Amino acid sequence: MTNRNDFISRERFMAELMRYRKGSVTRRHFLGVTGLGAATAVLGSAMPGLRSAAWAQGNIGDRVVLATWPNYHDPANFEAFKAATGAAVDMNVFGSNEEMLAKLQAGGSGWDVFVPTNYTITTYVGEDLIEPLDMARIPNYDPASFNERFAGPGTVDGKVYAVSKNWGTTGFAVNTSQLGGKPKPTTWKEFWDLTQAEFSGRTMVHDYQLTTIGNALKYYGYSFNSIDANELAEAEKLLMAAKPHLFAISSDYQPSMRSGDAWMTICWTGDGKQMNRDMPEIEYVLGKEGGELWSDFYAIPKGAPHMDAAYALINFLLDPAVNAKEALFHGYPTADKRVDALLPPEVLNDPILYPAAELLDALEFGAAVTLTDPNRAELMARFKSA
Amino acid sequence: MAPATIWLLAMLVLPLVVVLVFSFGERAAAGGYSAAVTLENFANLGARWTAFQNTLMLAPLGTVLCLLIAYPLAYYLAVKSDPKWRTLLLILVIVPFWTSILIRSYAWIFLLGGQGIPKLVSLIGYGSPRLINTPFAVLTGIVYGYLPLMVFPIYVSLERLDKRLLEASADLGSPPWRSFLQVTLPLSMPGVATGCMLVFILLMGEFLIPAMLGGGKVFFVGNALVDLFLQSRNWPFGAAVAVALVLIMLVTVTLYMRFTRRWAGGRDDVSLM
Repeated sequence: MTNRNDFISRERFMAELMRYRKGSVTRRHFLGVTGLGAATAVLGSAMPGLRSAAWAQGNIGDRVVLATWPNYHDPANFEAFKAATGAAVDMNVFGSNEEMLAKLQAGGSGWDVFVPTNYTITTYVGEDLIEPLDMARIPNYDPASFNERFAGPGTVDGKVYAVSKNWGTTGFAVNTSQLGGKPKPTTWKEFWDLTQAEFSGRTMVHDYQLTTIGNALKYYGYSFNSIDANELAEAEKLLMAAKPHLFAISSDYQPSMRSGDAWMTICWTGDGKQMNRDMPEIEYVLGKEGGELWSDFYAIPKGAPHMDAAYALINFLLDPAVNAKEALFHGYPTADKRVDALLPPEVLNDPILYPAAELLDALEFGAAVTLTDPNRAELMARFKSA
Repeated sequence: MAPATIWLLAMLVLPLVVVLVFSFGERAAAGGYSAAVTLENFANLGARWTAFQNTLMLAPLGTVLCLLIAYPLAYYLAVKSDPKWRTLLLILVIVPFWTSILIRSYAWIFLLGGQGIPKLVSLIGYGSPRLINTPFAVLTGIVYGYLPLMVFPIYVSLERLDKRLLEASADLGSPPWRSFLQVTLPLSMPGVATGCMLVFILLMGEFLIPAMLGGGKVFFVGNALVDLFLQSRNWPFGAAVAVALVLIMLVTVTLYMRFTRRWAGGRDDVSLM
């Protein structure tokens, strides 16, 4: 209540408004002298994602179609995006990268933004299904602040096709209250053995060849990415033996885990975090033998119908403040230092989000070949139809 | 060419030809179709035997269950119910169609899941049966979803029934149960045959209900097709499975039509076709 010098009197405001309307001062002068410009700037910065946004003036349409993964966004951020731009986010959820690729290969997906995983991007580039990004339209993406290990796969042959969304691990979640005093399983071997014994009828696996076959391969200590015919045959034997004991084959496992129908599931970082947050007895485990380390990206498919809205949405979601809210909601870490700076220490020290180095070292990134390898694809299809 | 012929060619024959051509092709390197002439896809059909087996068991079983539930319901609606309430009751049969089958199947996931019916059963002390993700769950969903398609044709044939025939039958000393077996039932056969055909054909191509209530464990041919086109992207093999399904349908439906026609005494209004 002390310094009122920066306020403008009612009379002076009206006088300036008249001058502006008569055209004797510029809009810039009017906004400056009345403080409206500053007020707009303050409001704008309070509304993250609106700042320095080239599209803020333009009309980006009323809709943007996003193809993404289950439980991977804070709906409040989409509401904020709609309030700021008028474009509603129309979200499609997928269970595997194969499914995304199949939709794009068939054509006419209608997507504007999709969320591919690291190992798929070279295939999208090879098949000419992905748009090279105009980085000038994503000013919130600052390559220097991103961890190259996770952001790197977005660049193919020197061109940026995809910008880093989140990274994470694929482990398993287990409802420890159902273990009956037995120690918590810590390996993939125990995961599959438990499935065929005490947890019969209670385990879920992803409807996704990479993780389901990959973690069956881990039972024998083979590479998560193996395409060796003999190793795959062993993995198939395990999968077929386990199938009668499974509760379901689905990548949307949270409802069944939460209702208590399922007790154990192959699980991604954020789902593990979300379930553990609400039900501490559900714990997230990284198999000691290894498994998958992954990073996801935002990308624009060729022929996206709402290109402006696509860039606007990506830029909005990469605003560190928005991105931090996303991370707090879904429990997946980002590769952006600026986001980490906004996260509370208990998140940065969370062992689910940021596993111990020795556990991370055992993990592998998915390999591009697994996406297109016909034997892995057919093995998964056979396993499901058996 | 008549417009109808062009329409038939473009919408029915052409897609079938495309499927047939694809079925002799090869999977492209990243998935999809690559031109070739091979019988390998048909040789591999055995790898989907379980899916065919599930479909060929659960589709007829679902049809029969639909019939057993729909007939008494249709009979009540057409014959026994108060005409004053009849329209309202008929609307009640249609009402579920106003909501997507996807949402109604989701409701069944909760009903059949551990917190639903099994919990009620365990509360009254009969253990906790496992319902969701079983063939039973799929069958329940199927019967629930397709029941109206069976009710309506039967209702129509019963409603058209000339009541004087029943009076004549009674005058000649026939007890009601006998009139039902000898008059009502044979005359409602066209409706039964149509309803069965409608439900059976749709069930053979079903994939949504098995996917949702079977937890990916009770696989129909429809699911195998979705998988081949939308996951493993093996279009040629998918096309071969589709061709096999079309052939099975052609044979089954032709036999069925022959059978029902003879059964109904050579009448032509037995089926839709």
